[in-house]
Amino acid sequence: MQIHHATAGGTPAGYGPAPRTAALLSIVPGLGQFANRRYIKGVIFLLLAAALGIALAAPVVNGVYGFVTLGSNPDVDDSRTLLVEGIIAILLLVVLAAAYALNIRDAYRDAAKRREGYRIPSVRQAFHDSWEHGFPYFVIVPTFMLLTMIVIFPLLFMICLAFTNYNLYNSPPAHLLDWVAFDNFVALFTEGIWTKSLLAVLTWTVVWTLVATSLQITLAFFLALLVNDARVRFKKLIRTVFILPWAVPSFMTVLVFAAMFNDTFGSVNRDIMSLFGTSVPWLTDPTWARIAIIFVQIWLGFPYVFTLVTGVLQSISRDWYEAADVDGGSRWDKMRFITLPHVLYATAPLLIMQFSYNFNNFNIIYLFNKGGPPVPGQSSGATDILISWVYTLTFDQNNYKMAAAISIIMGLVVALFAFFQFRRTRSFREEGMY
Amino acid sequence: MGHKLKSRLEVAGIYLVVLIMFAVILYPLLWAVSISLNPGTSMFSSKLIPDSLSLEHYKWLFYDPRSDYVLWYKNTIYVAVLNALFSVIMVGLVAFVFSRYHFAGRKNSIYAVLLMQMFPVLMGMVAIYLLLNLVGLLDTFAGLIIFYVVGGLPMNVFLVKGYMDTIPRDLDESAKMDGAGHLTTYFRILFPLVRPILAVVALFTFMAPFMDFLTPRIILRSPEKFTIALGLFSFINDKVGNNFTMFAAGTILVALPIAIVFLLLQRYLIAGLAEGATKG
Repeated sequence: MQIHHATAGGTPAGYGPAPRTAALLSIVPGLGQFANRRYIKGVIFLLLAAALGIALAAPVVNGVYGFVTLGSNPDVDDSRTLLVEGIIAILLLVVLAAAYALNIRDAYRDAAKRREGYRIPSVRQAFHDSWEHGFPYFVIVPTFMLLTMIVIFPLLFMICLAFTNYNLYNSPPAHLLDWVAFDNFVALFTEGIWTKSLLAVLTWTVVWTLVATSLQITLAFFLALLVNDARVRFKKLIRTVFILPWAVPSFMTVLVFAAMFNDTFGSVNRDIMSLFGTSVPWLTDPTWARIAIIFVQIWLGFPYVFTLVTGVLQSISRDWYEAADVDGGSRWDKMRFITLPHVLYATAPLLIMQFSYNFNNFNIIYLFNKGGPPVPGQSSGATDILISWVYTLTFDQNNYKMAAAISIIMGLVVALFAFFQFRRTRSFREEGMY
Repeated sequence: MGHKLKSRLEVAGIYLVVLIMFAVILYPLLWAVSISLNPGTSMFSSKLIPDSLSLEHYKWLFYDPRSDYVLWYKNTIYVAVLNALFSVIMVGLVAFVFSRYHFAGRKNSIYAVLLMQMFPVLMGMVAIYLLLNLVGLLDTFAGLIIFYVVGGLPMNVFLVKGYMDTIPRDLDESAKMDGAGHLTTYFRILFPLVRPILAVVALFTFMAPFMDFLTPRIILRSPEKFTIALGLFSFINDKVGNNFTMFAAGTILVALPIAIVFLLLQRYLIAGLAEGATKG
């Protein structure tokens, strides 16, 4: 915090306490500031520390205590609430510790500045300076507090749940939760039903992500090239129709598709397959269900890529192709050496994001068939990807502990992906490409 | 001659592919429309080309005392407007700070936000539920709006920051030189320039409540507070075949305005998206 920025004064150097002394005095917040003759600031710090200490000491201690024990009497204690309060208490503790450290650093810096001969700014000046130089923090700090509550806190809670025995049969408020260390992970990797399910889901998640995304990109690319052909007319109409699947909310189209693919009365079987005299078990057979769901995702996902690619195609200068014509390049050469590099270069980041989008594409999996059809001997359905499996475990089977353990595995995958994403962003910046 | 024929055949091939795609794209959409116009409530008996068209399901949605459709619509618009409003205000300011200020911890906070954007919020739903319950925001629109605004923040901030980075700094620096404060610089200089991308954010955040059934399903409990997606989902959740015609009618009344707005604005959307993503 640069609350008192250099307002150079005329007084010569060398008075006031040694920076180290001021810092030491600040072990009681405010005293160091007093020593620096910044009385009002000292009073504010002291009062703030006292108020926070009195108000928060008991809740924080109780919170941490509850977090460790998760309650002792099932009639009064709800382990979940204790867990929530415990995590909040710990987060609060971190924030308070940071504020305390800043207080000490502040005393040290003020003292050092006085030694160097800076004059102490007036209170008004100090407030003005803090707005002037602290402005980023006025925006960022509240934002991060909110993000902590809505994004980080839930993740921490999930991590904690993975180490408890919280499931349908042992759930608050009737029962207390206990810490069970790595039991859930051990079960996940040793018990038959869990290993089998985990392996099946992991495999399908990878296949789904790769196949669905690649196919939707390939189809989009192919169509964009076709429609971009100079001989094709009605381009605007064609492009508008091609964008429709993106424009209609996917929540609704997936449900419509689910009805259409219904084995007995869905229109796919009734109106189309009946022409060939067959009926396909779209929702009850694992393989057909997977094929159907990939088809639906391609239908939903290709327009976005199509639009991106079309945009790039239109921006490639004609000169390139004319030069290729002069050199006698074939159509394939032009495609390979001009079109493809241009398109990939411009859209690569967005295409990579498509993969991560499908990895987490809960909506389509859940709405289409709720991850089904069920597979005997497995806790997961045939089309379940990690995130939909976690959802079913949590909200349908109330098996919170396993859901949390699987979430952590999923989080690791995401983090790995994020790591590569970071490296890419960084390298892009350093090379100054954009 | 042979050359010309080949060219004609190629064009014919392209049109053929386009026609097949038209059929694949339009079939489900038209099917939903025709279902909604079928008399009777059951999907079992409905046909692709109904014997007689009827608007009874649309009428039912609006006039039948058992239908909460209008209420759901109102709820959704309420949530959507506030979500868009608060999102634009917050996202704009945060992106402004990230894009224009150098402060201790800037790089780390950007990475933190980038990381948060990657974890699906769904993973923490149990915690969200308990937390909102603890502070008494469960089953309130406020809880839902806070969740939407903050949960969508990381992604939107990057969209806007990427766009803002492309605007030359000279503009706001000269404004500062003339004595403009932080907020004046933002609202007078940068805000008008980033309006296109903020419009995209506003549109996305406005549309989100219409399409999301999951979050409301966890946060909202009482049927009179349902948003439209949740309400429609509850229509068919229990018995798939039975209310499907009503569901189709209700869906079309939501999908139509969204699709129209989308098609009208697509050029801006795509430009904004591409710019924000490649430069972010």
